[in-house]
Amino acid sequence: MKTFRKGGVHPAENKLSAAEPIKKAELPKVAVFPMSQHIGAPAVPVVQKGDKVKVGTLIGKPAEKALSTSIFSSVSGTVLKIDTVVDASGYQKPAVYITVEGDEWEESIDRSEELLKIQNKPELTSEQIIEKVKDAGIVGMGGACFPTHVKLMPPPQFKPEWVIINAVECEPYLTSDHRLMLEKPDEILVGVELLMKAAQVTKGFIGIEENKPDAIKLLTEKCVAEHPNIEVVPLKTKYPQGGEKQLVDAVVHRQVPAPPALPVSVGAIILNVGTAFAVYEAVMKNKPLFERVVTVTGKELKQPSNFLARMGTPMSLLIEACGGLPEGESKVIGGGPMMGKALINTEVPICKGSSGVLIMSGKEARRGEIQPCIRCAKCVSACPMGLEPYLLATCSGKKMWEKVEGEDITSCIECGSCQFTCPSNRPLLDLIRVGKQTVIGNIRARQNSAKK
Amino acid sequence: MANKLVVSLSPHVHGGDSVKRNMYWVCIALIPAFLCSIISFGIGAIITTAISVASCVFFEWAINRFMLKNPKCTVSDGSAILTGVLLAFNLPSNIQPWIIVIGALFAIGVVKMTFGGLGCNLFNPALAGRAFLLISFPVDMTTWPLAGQGFGAYLDAETGATPLSIMKTAFKDGDVTQLQSLPSFQDMLMGNTGGCLGEVCAAALILGLIVLLVKKVITWHIPVSILAIVVVLSGLLHLADPVYANPLAELLSGGLLLGAIFMATDYVTSPMSHKGQLVYGVAIGVLTVVIRAYGAYPEGMSFAILIMNAFTPLINNKFKPKRFGEVPAKK
Repeated sequence: MKTFRKGGVHPAENKLSAAEPIKKAELPKVAVFPMSQHIGAPAVPVVQKGDKVKVGTLIGKPAEKALSTSIFSSVSGTVLKIDTVVDASGYQKPAVYITVEGDEWEESIDRSEELLKIQNKPELTSEQIIEKVKDAGIVGMGGACFPTHVKLMPPPQFKPEWVIINAVECEPYLTSDHRLMLEKPDEILVGVELLMKAAQVTKGFIGIEENKPDAIKLLTEKCVAEHPNIEVVPLKTKYPQGGEKQLVDAVVHRQVPAPPALPVSVGAIILNVGTAFAVYEAVMKNKPLFERVVTVTGKELKQPSNFLARMGTPMSLLIEACGGLPEGESKVIGGGPMMGKALINTEVPICKGSSGVLIMSGKEARRGEIQPCIRCAKCVSACPMGLEPYLLATCSGKKMWEKVEGEDITSCIECGSCQFTCPSNRPLLDLIRVGKQTVIGNIRARQNSAKK
Repeated sequence: MANKLVVSLSPHVHGGDSVKRNMYWVCIALIPAFLCSIISFGIGAIITTAISVASCVFFEWAINRFMLKNPKCTVSDGSAILTGVLLAFNLPSNIQPWIIVIGALFAIGVVKMTFGGLGCNLFNPALAGRAFLLISFPVDMTTWPLAGQGFGAYLDAETGATPLSIMKTAFKDGDVTQLQSLPSFQDMLMGNTGGCLGEVCAAALILGLIVLLVKKVITWHIPVSILAIVVVLSGLLHLADPVYANPLAELLSGGLLLGAIFMATDYVTSPMSHKGQLVYGVAIGVLTVVIRAYGAYPEGMSFAILIMNAFTPLINNKFKPKRFGEVPAKK
């Protein structure tokens, strides 16, 4: 079975909510929309206090002359205020607050359940699809939140050969992509065809780890029957297979060079399976991105679940619907346990990149005691990028920035495999992040002074 | 808020591996060899091991407590116990107890704690302890008891030649016929020969290797590269001149297996990348064969490992793992 070639770990899967059908989440009383739910410049609010909005109304337009994208209201009601909110990153972000009144949708959105195939709209051109994707505010829904329309328009020197759909879901606990594939397979496959048409490629792959045999079987059958140019690729379960470089390596056996090279430099455009579904809804149903599937899970939670939640819903509402936070000390994580961010409060709103909310309680919430490095080299074996985490961490700790730059610290994808595997519980990734950020800053400063 | 939220950076889960787990699994992997040494050398093996472990643990505790004034006790991580076991395994079972204590003091006090304790030592403490004793007490350290003298054998055990000393004399005298007095392969495999107490039973050591590999305590790179290069080189020597013993005898005799499996793979003193580990293993293998054939001592394993310990930082600098994306794209 295919997988990536270097490093990797296998954390306990803990897919507690894999058998839970997607439920519609309750509407919040007030929905909060951070204007920065994507990589790049924050969107600019186009509503004012007191404005009436519907579900699907544009509330933030992309910042001009910058990487940015639109934000839509997921609820109907009145704009309460334009203020700031602490989002999953822990930083204050400008945000639009909307008081929810009823549930009235924009008329332009097709709310029927009917499946529209690409043959229903044969006149769609590549440019039109990309324009729709852009207008619908779609970003990568795996968590990185890179605006999708930009990915579909690579610089002219690169020629995309394949669209690779990331349905790996290698993070433990999370099941949102898995459930989406089981419940909306046809829509996803149409979405993949739309993405292939937009990127002007003739071959699509869907990479799925073997711990989701039902999804592999279902999608394979449908591809064979109706979508012969899409191939489902079962992958050996190994973390971080969902990293885009690892996925390209696993599926088409090519290695993306060191940063700043992108996957498209070896011919691949990587998109999340949730993004493919959002593209289907945007292009075929005229529905902008304002809701998504969110897994809310944890060993101590009464009822781990998968929700279809509107953006702007506070996470606390979803946690309550699963039985509430367990007593005592816990860690609430936005995302999965390997790369997710621990939240400082549970009122953080669901955003475009929120694939899950994970509750870890008691002893699980704390790190183990730090011991001296015994130089066991397990971090070196685990690193999927072929780096030496022990060295990068030690030198970052000693502020040896030139040394760590020479040791390729900018290649680190922050997957956490090193720290996961370290028998001495050393904070390897904490230190490497500091080094990586500093080195990236230094490189930028050098480039800027070279320009002047 | 009634609930307290904990915040830290990712990753939020841990694989559950620990220093203790690794140290204790190495100790467990040494149990078969220990049992075999009791069968071969009797109660002397137990007493020697017990004194060595107790003194290593004591010295680490005492240095931490009274010299470094470190309130945290580091003995429970298991590394001092492991050093004690490995030091004992490199001694003859009939050695005087006070010599063991000196060896333990050197291993823990000088080689390990002086450099900063666990993770900081340049040289393998047990091996450095053994080398120190070998130079200081050459007679006691090279008078090996013969195997199979019953359970009571200790200080007064009958001593005799080991396979390696037979090979050495045969080579010095240029007399092939002396090699006929080598024990049978079966005896070497089962530990029915003279030697240091932990090194004689090849079968038990190989069992230990399997345990370490299965439990993912070590990778195959170091032991396999050492053993392979020793077999190849000694095979060439044997073909060139039969006065060198055959490669299988070289493989099963002396501290080669113990060293390759348990000493050269010591985390702290071996290289970090797989490439570096292969280079390190090959160099140890070459040095061992050269010292065995041409050196003053019959056994070269411990010196070869100590020499390569010194090169480990250089190897780490020179041999990096292959970075992701370095390979040219395959068409």
